[in-house]
Amino acid sequence: MPKDIFDSFELAGRNYRSRLLVGTGKYADFEQTRLAIEASGAEIVTVAVRRVNITDRGKPNLLDHIDPKRYTILPNTAGCYTADDAVRTCRLAREAGVGKLVKLEVIGDEKTLFPDVAATIEAARVLVSEGFDVLPYITDDPVACKRLEELGCKAVMPLAAPIGSGLGIRNPYNIRIIIEQSSVPVIVDAGVGTASDAAVALELGCTAVLMNTAIAGAKDPLLMAHAMKLGVDAGRAAYRAGRMPKRLYATASSPLTDLLS
Amino acid sequence: MHVRVNGEDKDLGEGLSVADVVASLGLAGRRVAVEYNRAVLRADDWTSTTVRENDALEIVHFVGGG
Repeated sequence: MPKDIFDSFELAGRNYRSRLLVGTGKYADFEQTRLAIEASGAEIVTVAVRRVNITDRGKPNLLDHIDPKRYTILPNTAGCYTADDAVRTCRLAREAGVGKLVKLEVIGDEKTLFPDVAATIEAARVLVSEGFDVLPYITDDPVACKRLEELGCKAVMPLAAPIGSGLGIRNPYNIRIIIEQSSVPVIVDAGVGTASDAAVALELGCTAVLMNTAIAGAKDPLLMAHAMKLGVDAGRAAYRAGRMPKRLYATASSPLTDLLS
Repeated sequence: MHVRVNGEDKDLGEGLSVADVVASLGLAGRRVAVEYNRAVLRADDWTSTTVRENDALEIVHFVGGG
């Protein structure tokens, strides 16, 4: 086996070995969530910020099952439609004591859940000035990614396809341009459907992939979590190995000399 | 005294601190964050902040999400 199959990457000043970031939504229960995260090998786990249900108290808490000492907890601003709400959500998340890393998403459309690019940039600017490490979910738009990097985001997270769609990477060419121009990690966020999609993202040169529904929405989430781990590892190794050039015609693999006559 | 907590109208006694409200909801020691009249209120300030008529509190925690 070659040495150092797994190369780590740096995100907001910390090193990570796993290039798979996973969400915690849509699982049957917290135990399944925990097991799926474990099977995925992820070290960074996203969570949402919501009102405590004050009428139905005493419910188990997600972070009783996912140890913040073991995992980097990445709160998101899912469900926010304005920069102001996203900023409020991040401030609350930081106060809840899981650090200053946030996944910024400002949604612009209910049906596609595409981000509101202008509002995302506006929120990112405020959050960066307040000392947050901002990881923005954004369209696969190189210019938007550039702007976000310039104003101090610690990564850019272009979507592969709409959130929860499982369509895979719809525009690999844009993703390639974004990778080429970026000096912060590029993390494909949203739209991955199966392990080969994750592999494609890493083969393109993405730093990592973030997903939720592709695992939680599989018939067997634990097995899919494992498959995603393999897909991400395979994609990364293939990227580093450097693929052969594509050719239109065949080139024989066996010698063309010393044939029987 | 009328106060809004997580969007619900509540009738609370006078002179309660934010820490008292959090505790009365069974959330003392839990990983929650509090917004007091739309500004984050640090946990260190919960005890010294007295809830007043028509105040709005938001108490949030982490749930599953992507």
